[in-house]
Amino acid sequence: MITVHYFAGLKELTGVAQEQADLSGRTVEELWQWVSEKYPGIEAGAARVAVNEEYALPEDRLETGDVAAFIPPVSGG
Amino acid sequence: MKTFEIVSHKIEPQQYADMVLRPEAGAVTLFTGHVREWTKGVKTLYLSYEAYIPMAEKKLAQIGAEIEEQWPGTKTAIAHRIGELAISDIAVVIAVSSPHRKAAYEANEYAIERIKEIVPIWKKEIWEDGEEWIGDQKKKPGGAV
Repeated sequence: MITVHYFAGLKELTGVAQEQADLSGRTVEELWQWVSEKYPGIEAGAARVAVNEEYALPEDRLETGDVAAFIPPVSGG
Repeated sequence: MKTFEIVSHKIEPQQYADMVLRPEAGAVTLFTGHVREWTKGVKTLYLSYEAYIPMAEKKLAQIGAEIEEQWPGTKTAIAHRIGELAISDIAVVIAVSSPHRKAAYEANEYAIERIKEIVPIWKKEIWEDGEEWIGDQKKKPGGAV
């Protein structure tokens, strides 16, 4: 299992701040497929994905215990 | 208090200036970003900021490291506030010290630009007749990591 975090507008869309997902061994690209099937309205590529607090690439592989996060366009400052 | 941090209380800018001051510094630039009332003709009542705190603090520290590499001899401290902020409240403070003023000015501006690119913090504007997350959450973002 991995943990998935949502923030800002994406959190409002999913209705949850975080959840567990059975995606160990899958790629970030497959995480995108999973989330866009589970939550219609999330456009693939509408956010960056971070894994263990670092921006990840689509081909990066998820391991058990990883923490993934969808990072919508940031607006700090 | 940390050199790179997300806080949920009022920011006291002088504390961050004090953190970067040292005998070899001839200049300290202190930038404070504030909540603005009017944006493109729309009146903001207040702002609400959210952050992915552990990653945001890491990315602030990364910006500090980038600055030290690009402007050797500088020292940086950055804090960003989250939660509900009123008009004129300080949302972000950036303090940079350097032996001479040019590096302190340039590095300070670099820091705010990088915050807007890579630090996972989100701002929601609350108006009299609605609210919206800023940063266009629906469209595909451009820009590199």
